[in-house]
Amino acid sequence: MSEALYLELYRKMVLIRMFEEQARDLFMKNMMRGATHMYIGEEAIAVGVCAALNQGDTITSTHRGHGHCLAKGGDPKRMMAELLGRATGYCKGKGGSMHIADLDLGILGANGIVGGGVGIAAGAAFAALYRNDGKVSVCFFGDGALNQGNFLETANMAGLWKLPLIYVCERNRFAEFSYTDRYFSDPDLTKRSEPFGFPAIEVDGNDVLAVHQVAQEAVARARRGEGPTLIVADTYRIMGHTIGDPLTYRLKGEVEEWQDPSRDPILRFKNYLLGHQLVGGDQLETIDAEIRQGIDEAVQFALASPDPEVQTLWDDVYVMEDKGL
Amino acid sequence: MSERIIEFRDALNEALHEEMERDPNVFIMGIDVGQYGGVLKVSRGLYERFGPLRAVDTPISEEGFTGMGVGAALVGLRPVIEIMYIDFSCLAMEPIINQAAKARYMFGGKAKVPIVIRTQGGGGRGNSAQHSQSLEAIYSHIPGLIVVQPSTPKDAKGLLKSAIRNDNPVIFIEHKLLYNTKGPIPEGEYLIPLGKADVKRQGSDLTIVSSSRMVLFSLQAAEKLAEERINAEVIDLRTVRPLDMQTVGDSVRKTHRLVIVNEGAHTGGLAAEVMARAYEEVFDYLDAPIVRVTAEDVPIPYNEKLEMAALPSEQKIINAVHGFFQ
Repeated sequence: MSEALYLELYRKMVLIRMFEEQARDLFMKNMMRGATHMYIGEEAIAVGVCAALNQGDTITSTHRGHGHCLAKGGDPKRMMAELLGRATGYCKGKGGSMHIADLDLGILGANGIVGGGVGIAAGAAFAALYRNDGKVSVCFFGDGALNQGNFLETANMAGLWKLPLIYVCERNRFAEFSYTDRYFSDPDLTKRSEPFGFPAIEVDGNDVLAVHQVAQEAVARARRGEGPTLIVADTYRIMGHTIGDPLTYRLKGEVEEWQDPSRDPILRFKNYLLGHQLVGGDQLETIDAEIRQGIDEAVQFALASPDPEVQTLWDDVYVMEDKGL
Repeated sequence: MSERIIEFRDALNEALHEEMERDPNVFIMGIDVGQYGGVLKVSRGLYERFGPLRAVDTPISEEGFTGMGVGAALVGLRPVIEIMYIDFSCLAMEPIINQAAKARYMFGGKAKVPIVIRTQGGGGRGNSAQHSQSLEAIYSHIPGLIVVQPSTPKDAKGLLKSAIRNDNPVIFIEHKLLYNTKGPIPEGEYLIPLGKADVKRQGSDLTIVSSSRMVLFSLQAAEKLAEERINAEVIDLRTVRPLDMQTVGDSVRKTHRLVIVNEGAHTGGLAAEVMARAYEEVFDYLDAPIVRVTAEDVPIPYNEKLEMAALPSEQKIINAVHGFFQ
């Protein structure tokens, strides 16, 4: 572990936290439309996993996708502009929070469908096998998505064909407005890969170094041609399903327990780095200030950006060059 | 140009062989498409020639392997996914409708999803309600999809090659009772453009618009009508989304009467869409209300007499045309 890596992991987690807090504030001010889903408290998973990837590797994300996108290198300015529906946004204002993608960075899209990414991720992994190019594909999803049939369909094919695929189950304990433990016939989620002949690893999803380590192992395994791995990363969804969720289903005091500095992924990592004198406090403060400034600039960029022109409504429904002619 | 007479099924097979030879990014995936050569025998020889990674046998997991096709297409491959019956495509509507059709638009125009979903549609063979549907209207309803329904071996080959080369998701519907039909195809490489209808028979008294197997019925009806000195023009839409209303409109401006034949159920069907578009675009040229000949609004029944009663037929088309000239 190098100091540069420690600082990078810290930087990305703080970036996600500050981005999400900013997005929440904009949503509360009615500057965003529709719905948005916060990744606060789960930052260590996206950051720990994506730090084990190369730019050519691909990820699929979820409706709770801002963190994955930022961790894989997404541009906060274009993301913020998209949240505000602006022409300069990643999707030119047509996608919003749940559809941000950057194919150049291997981000094959957030997804509005729970489990919608599992087939796409398996397809990208199949393409890596097909081309024998050594790339791996990562599929992020929540514990709720484990009960979608398509997870079972694609996990079977991934195991059968030894696809270079890493399933990252973010066990944040909620499926929309319920505790997920109400919906699992067996709460041991690591068993979900067993029938398909590939390993599962449980990891403390709020420990970025632990996540990073299991991700590296899974990525190495995939690159060696040994097939998929299921990582079950234990975490907690600090906020509701969406912003505005009344949280009536949640146990009292639970959020506070998970926000404790011993559990919060960022505070915990910060204390670890400082406690072991791996980096200096001033270095982290500098990062905090840089990120804050970057987020402010992203908001300014988004606010200064125009709405898309109405005539763009009809753009990009199809690729228009008819290559069949 | 010299021609050969071949089966519809072999025309499709030739298209796959040629396109897989031409472009290493093209592969076929689906249930029994590889070793077995395809339930429809359309993928015959591909496994032997291109190997298991390009003629991929899958488990019976339509949502899963169609979704994988979408993912592979997003990263630049050109999958041809075979779904054995269009009825089974209902299991794969999530990746088709929510993912493939929308990725380009909702991601801001950077993504391409060059996937072809080949599937077997239509009734008439006693396969009953879950293996006989005509669901072209459902897919035609979705912005972002192209929907193709060839009627002849020549069109089938040229359209499939165009579909594979096209950068958009294409639903390619092959009628189960066309696979054994024969027809002339040109020697050598040729393409048929997507989105372009074909006048299969010239006529002056009325226009019959249809697609897929209904084109055969329409042509047979036109021959019978000719014996009564009623001269029908028959238009094969070939692509049902986007609709080539230019060709339909040009014909109606000449004939002033329009019959639309479609094998899908009556309500909310493709015929309704063509009818609406024709009323919007060439109403002033019509001498009579437009008539639709479609399947009855029932699930397709098993018994032969019942199934024939449910589906359009040559006689039903003739009867509809007679309504114009009473």
